[in-house]
Amino acid sequence: MKTFVALLQRDVTVLIRDLPEFVMRIAMQPFLFVFVFGYVLPSIGQVKSSYANLLLPGILAASMMMAGVQGTAIPLSQDFGAIKEIEDRLMAPIRISMVVLEKIVMGTLQAWIAGGLVFPLAWAIMRSNLSLHVTSFSYLFLYLFLVGLASAATGITLGTIISPFKIPLMFATIIIPMIFLGATYYPWHALSNVVWLQTIILINPMVYAAEGFRSVLTPGIPHIRMLFTILGLFAAVIILSGIGLRGFIKRAYS
Amino acid sequence: MAEQAEAIIDIEGLKKTYTLDSHRHVEAVKGIKFSVNAGEIFGLLGPNGAGKTTTIGMLTTRVKVTAGDAFIAGINIRDEVAVKRLIAVVPQQNNLDRSLTARENLTFHAKYFGVPKQVREKKAEELLKMMGLKGRQDDYVRAFSGGMAQRLMIARALMHEPKVLFLDEATTGLDPQSRRLLWDKVRELNESGQTILLTTHYMDEADELCHRIAIIDHGEVLALDTPHNLKRMVPGGNRIDLELPEAPDRLVDILRGIDRTGVISRRDEEDRVILSVHGGQGLIPGIIKAVQETNTDILSVQLHHVTLEDLFIHLTGRRLRD
Repeated sequence: MKTFVALLQRDVTVLIRDLPEFVMRIAMQPFLFVFVFGYVLPSIGQVKSSYANLLLPGILAASMMMAGVQGTAIPLSQDFGAIKEIEDRLMAPIRISMVVLEKIVMGTLQAWIAGGLVFPLAWAIMRSNLSLHVTSFSYLFLYLFLVGLASAATGITLGTIISPFKIPLMFATIIIPMIFLGATYYPWHALSNVVWLQTIILINPMVYAAEGFRSVLTPGIPHIRMLFTILGLFAAVIILSGIGLRGFIKRAYS
Repeated sequence: MAEQAEAIIDIEGLKKTYTLDSHRHVEAVKGIKFSVNAGEIFGLLGPNGAGKTTTIGMLTTRVKVTAGDAFIAGINIRDEVAVKRLIAVVPQQNNLDRSLTARENLTFHAKYFGVPKQVREKKAEELLKMMGLKGRQDDYVRAFSGGMAQRLMIARALMHEPKVLFLDEATTGLDPQSRRLLWDKVRELNESGQTILLTTHYMDEADELCHRIAIIDHGEVLALDTPHNLKRMVPGGNRIDLELPEAPDRLVDILRGIDRTGVISRRDEEDRVILSVHGGQGLIPGIIKAVQETNTDILSVQLHHVTLEDLFIHLTGRRLRD
């Protein structure tokens, strides 16, 4: 336990040291989305002002996913592929699975920070267009918790598979499609005219994240039932953590 | 060092087979067996790909064992967490934490091992000093040279006072001066009681540092002994070559009398004779005396030391570094 806490302290120390950089990295994307879609486009009459409501849960989900994946996949990929920094932690007197758990905790923490930044940004930039109605804070926190974990688990899985040279490729072929095809900028029910797409994207954990946030933040917009989004996120966390753990262990031993 | 000393590492038929695909396997380590005594500097010497790093990998829990057993201070290496408490590894590649300063690399490492704050601060201070890194303690390690990084990795390894320190090709890629400095540090550590197991493909490094050496090739231990005894395995041993304008019979007779092994070879060339006397440098004064007594001129005297490289060639027919 002492070792686990020490590993966390190391990561938190480094995170705090790089805080300005970290905040810039994770806040830029939600800022631009909120600014362009929640302020600029409604202001020039290109989208209805109510689009802000539709957008916010999606941006929240996408920002968290991005932060969680970036916070785990990139360092892991570099660690295993090139700089080997992680070896000192693999040699710490702790089981390898606990090193993975620590990485998931750190990724989740970063996803939460990202999620936490979205609310003030949205409030500052597009509050006049926003009418949030939080149905239940306990469910909101449950979703924040699950989406954080799911993003970190996705990151661990990707980080153990992808070589450091393929990180740009990972963004182009996995992260960006996950976000664009994750019911992020449109509600899942609106896809009923494109049934094949509506079906396929159900494998994307982002769908459950964005729809889940819709169910607690903007219940007026049609959304997937809470039970299904919670189950979907649970499944994503368990499956991806499992794959990530296996991948990590495989990389940790030679 | 002490044959009767207690063994701290016991390796009993350790084996590692890598599966490439369903019908191709590589036996990296083929059931090796030896033990390392407490307080010893023990070397694994062999060419790249001999199985040294795989052996160290198994002993340090980072490579899964295929078969056999090994114990460190009585603990089976399959008990990973317990073994990790007892050991430390300095790898060939710099794996320092680049997001941390030199001192933080040490203190966080100690923290992973539950070393109390006051102890780790003090220990970091001492080790930075010992490794000649005082003054650089608050610098980030990104900018460290190879030699500095290697010394800091040794300092880091010592932070939790391991029973065995593993140095895996720790001097590869360092300039000669940094290597020498590192050797001094290794010896200094050993003198204070640290058991060290190192791998190297530099025969001079093994010869100079190690109390005992296991020569390893193709996953097998070919020979294991002190450097002195290992070199005695090479037929002929040390040799002194005398280059003379001529070799009177009387001189040859005297030299035969000096020579311990009774063997002398003679090579006649156009304007000179080369006499080879088997033995070490201790024979030189006697030889010179004999030459002077017979009023012969000397063109040159050359001492050929047997090296571990010679032994490796003797054992395998190949050089250490092809």
